[in-house]
Amino acid sequence: MAPERTHITPQMRDIVGLELRRSTSFPITDSDIRRWAIAVYYPDAAPRLFWDAEHAAGTSHGGIVAPEDFNPFAWLTRTEADAGVVTRAAGGFVSPEEVLGVEKAATTSLINGGTEVEYGVRMRPGDVITSVTTLAGYSEREGRLGLMLFTTSEDTWTNQRGETVKTSRNTLIRY
Amino acid sequence: MAVDRDTVDVGTELPPFVRQTGFHNWNRYAAVNDEFVPIHMDDEAGRAQGFAGAFGMGNLMWSYLHNVVRDWMGDDGRIVAMQCSFRAPNNRGMTVEARGTVTAVRDENGERLVDLDLAVVDHDAPDTVLVPATATVALP
Repeated sequence: MAPERTHITPQMRDIVGLELRRSTSFPITDSDIRRWAIAVYYPDAAPRLFWDAEHAAGTSHGGIVAPEDFNPFAWLTRTEADAGVVTRAAGGFVSPEEVLGVEKAATTSLINGGTEVEYGVRMRPGDVITSVTTLAGYSEREGRLGLMLFTTSEDTWTNQRGETVKTSRNTLIRY
Repeated sequence: MAVDRDTVDVGTELPPFVRQTGFHNWNRYAAVNDEFVPIHMDDEAGRAQGFAGAFGMGNLMWSYLHNVVRDWMGDDGRIVAMQCSFRAPNNRGMTVEARGTVTAVRDENGERLVDLDLAVVDHDAPDTVLVPATATVALP
């Protein structure tokens, strides 16, 4: 009997559960929030909650909050700046295996499989967000693209008070 | 205007969030998310990857799914959870529609929780689901 074909090596099984990345943002500004909201609602007006302090003060939030989908890690992070990075390389994909120092899965293509998020407290101007990403696991199955490798990572965002902003699970499909 | 939670029932449809997509909104999103990827900026780069041309960011579709829910709930609604998978590309020039339907309503810990079936579809070929999704929200 031929050995079962798999992308998942013993070395890959060993790195499941390990931390892939830890990153802290610069403080979020009201301008970051306003521009994000304008971009994702363009060409219509963004909700006042995201740019009008007086309006936002009268909501249950008591002030401006960021859209749940806001990304405080765009452009440059505090972590990168502290490491001396001043401009991000327009680099390609780096596999979790390479990040964790083992040989990467023998695949040639990748697509974003999807995401699942649970939200906690809202992000506000002045907040500093820390993201910790771990490699949650690998699975695989035969599909229309051949043998597909699913890599799941878990990402937890907390603010400077230690409150959870969101937890997400992202699935990367490689084949 | 935010939805009146007492009018929400299984089968309630959310007003759709519709956008014609192309470089005018992708460039704005690239600018706020630092997402300058050739396949989202250049038809030739998209074709080289086997697509019809340049196509939009999955992350922007994710934002549109939040927008359709948020516009319906109003400022004081809360998105508890959301999930999506990316099935088909948002090609340049396509009009996309984020839509939603209520699948369950329940009261829990004093909150009115609502489950939603969501999708981003091609407005002109609505059977083409680009991004199937679901969410749970708490209505004020």
